[in-house]
Amino acid sequence: MTTARPLDGRGNEPLLEVDDLRTYFDTPRGVVKAVDGVSLRVDRGKTLGIVGESGSGKTVLSRSIMNLLPKNNTIREGSVRFEGRELTTMKNKEMRTIWGAEMAMILQDPMTSLNPVTKIGDQITESLGIHLGEKGKVAKAHAVDLLKSVGIPAAERRLGEYPHQLSGGMRQRVTIAIALACGPKLLVADEPTTALDVTVQRQILDLLETQQHERNMGLIIITHDLGVVAGRADEIAVMYAGRIVERAPTRELFARTRMPYTEGLLKSIPRLHQPSHTRLAAIPGRPPDLVDPGPGCPFAPRCNYAQDKCLTETPVLAPHAAGHEAACHFPVGTTAGQDALARNLAAGRTAAGTPLDSSTAIATAGAA
Amino acid sequence: MAGSGTAHLRDQDDIVLRVEGLVVEFPLERGQKVHAVSGISFDIAKGETLGLVGESGCGKSTTGRAIMQAPRPTSGEVLFDGKDLSSLSADELRRSRTKLQMIYQDPISSLNPRRRVKDIVAEGLSIWEGKGSDDPRVEELLAAVGLDPDRAGGRRPHELSGGQCQRVSIARSLIMRPEVLICDEPVSALDVSVQAQILNLLEDLKAEYNLTMVFIAHDLAVVKNISDRVAVMYLGKICEVAPSDTLYAHPAHPYTAALLASIPEPDPEAKHTDAGLTGELPSPVNPPSGCRFRTRCPRAAERCELEEPQMREVATGQFVACHFPLVGEQAPEGNRELATAPA
Repeated sequence: MTTARPLDGRGNEPLLEVDDLRTYFDTPRGVVKAVDGVSLRVDRGKTLGIVGESGSGKTVLSRSIMNLLPKNNTIREGSVRFEGRELTTMKNKEMRTIWGAEMAMILQDPMTSLNPVTKIGDQITESLGIHLGEKGKVAKAHAVDLLKSVGIPAAERRLGEYPHQLSGGMRQRVTIAIALACGPKLLVADEPTTALDVTVQRQILDLLETQQHERNMGLIIITHDLGVVAGRADEIAVMYAGRIVERAPTRELFARTRMPYTEGLLKSIPRLHQPSHTRLAAIPGRPPDLVDPGPGCPFAPRCNYAQDKCLTETPVLAPHAAGHEAACHFPVGTTAGQDALARNLAAGRTAAGTPLDSSTAIATAGAA
Repeated sequence: MAGSGTAHLRDQDDIVLRVEGLVVEFPLERGQKVHAVSGISFDIAKGETLGLVGESGCGKSTTGRAIMQAPRPTSGEVLFDGKDLSSLSADELRRSRTKLQMIYQDPISSLNPRRRVKDIVAEGLSIWEGKGSDDPRVEELLAAVGLDPDRAGGRRPHELSGGQCQRVSIARSLIMRPEVLICDEPVSALDVSVQAQILNLLEDLKAEYNLTMVFIAHDLAVVKNISDRVAVMYLGKICEVAPSDTLYAHPAHPYTAALLASIPEPDPEAKHTDAGLTGELPSPVNPPSGCRFRTRCPRAAERCELEEPQMREVATGQFVACHFPLVGEQAPEGNRELATAPA
């Protein structure tokens, strides 16, 4: 699914540009197409939200961009350019000057991403020494500043503590401090708040936002929760079965959703403003197996709009509005989409044979 | 919050489960102890769903397990079926538990990996009635939870997805026709699209099997969707109990308001309020004196340190343990506005 996405602002080189990236794993069950032709771009100071459920390939995509996947059973094609430099062909030795210094990553579980037997201070000063040549008192003072900037009280004392002495939220602040230590240009946050409580999640997301503005960093937030990126990302890409199925500036995506999967995700989330016991518009079935996806749209078996064409022809990303693309033959909110849904409603089932829950489908049509 | 007190307990005939003064403590070395649950009370009427919501460490799961007497609470009463479960013998308790069932957060690890789905579901029958997995009720329940008995019945848990395993757990919990179902974070390990399927399923089964439910979760939006009444917990105490729609429209406890404000709404137009909480949960080993929420509360005053607030009614059916609630006579002007704004 190559995209015909125009470069906005000529001569304005993007910070990160991913073109038709494919990442397959050779397993005893067959080839798993975890990332299957993804293109995206991130500019300095901008936030891209990548949204998808478990198994959609979002985490593999982030690892693949960062060159962090094992080489032995991985097949990788396409290109990843970071400030014009091609990363896919780089050796680990070269990558080491980029990891931490120019691109950094925050992972979901702060307990496993920190070293349990090393003091927090040493974990921060490690990369300061490697990339910036800072040692001793200079490095220590820098580490204290970093811990203060991520909102850790009594920073001097914390330097001598171990990760298990901190709460989950404080640990995630430490991993953010480590990621920011060398002033990276791009920060990839893979489910940064999933392991945290809502009140702490809010604090961490606010912190990421402030740090990004101060440093003019590019930020990729990977999450399964549309709520996490709704108020924070400039652009959102929705992934399903290893592909981007819809991409748009955030407001546009929520205001004019085109892909039935995005619509389904939005509608299946319980909302606070709905009265209690509101029936949720669940997406039937479950995500497809990535080993042998078969022909057609991978979402077709779960889609209210599915027609015969969806079972045989895989849709590609097509433009709908400025910067808005969706991979769907019968997009939501278009005449084609409405007709498709009406046909399925009349038949009581979709072309893929999925029975239509009329209450759900009507709610869907009403919103279109 | 909080505070203690029993003003919110109802004097009705249709109360199925009543918890009074429940205390659960876990001993530590040097005579210290973890105050996991510190004197909470609530009741549930027949056919009602009570949501228990709070952050990790607030004692909500411990409460669920203490109702099941697994382990038995340090003190307090759990009245079910006219009996105090905490005073029953082990044998009597086993019998009562057939009417009181629980489903857990991790659907895969809560199922025996070596047994087939139909044997897992039939376990209650084989223990109490000597029946096997060929009993028609097994097939009926598998179908009721949306699994194909012929295809799924012979499989083992590792062959199923997380959502399917949670369906098996639900079928297992319903086989003895319980009156009360305690759900401990039943959907938090599932993807959003599957989460909605399971929530809808629980609503359907509740109606079909006349269930009374306790729904424990950290996600206020999920709890609000499924519950009739919600109890908000903080550090082993209950802050506020109210009908779910009231709780959302007019939160009375500052902690409830902060929890609501923290939820990221999937709507880019939603306004960011600055009611976010600062600081962290204090240690349950040395909980703060007076109101346990006072160390993080924007409205805390000296009184909150000295005197533990007691449960009292501030609006119809809405009870709060706070000296300075956001609803009622003392509510500040600005907050009254805030409370009505989201509607």
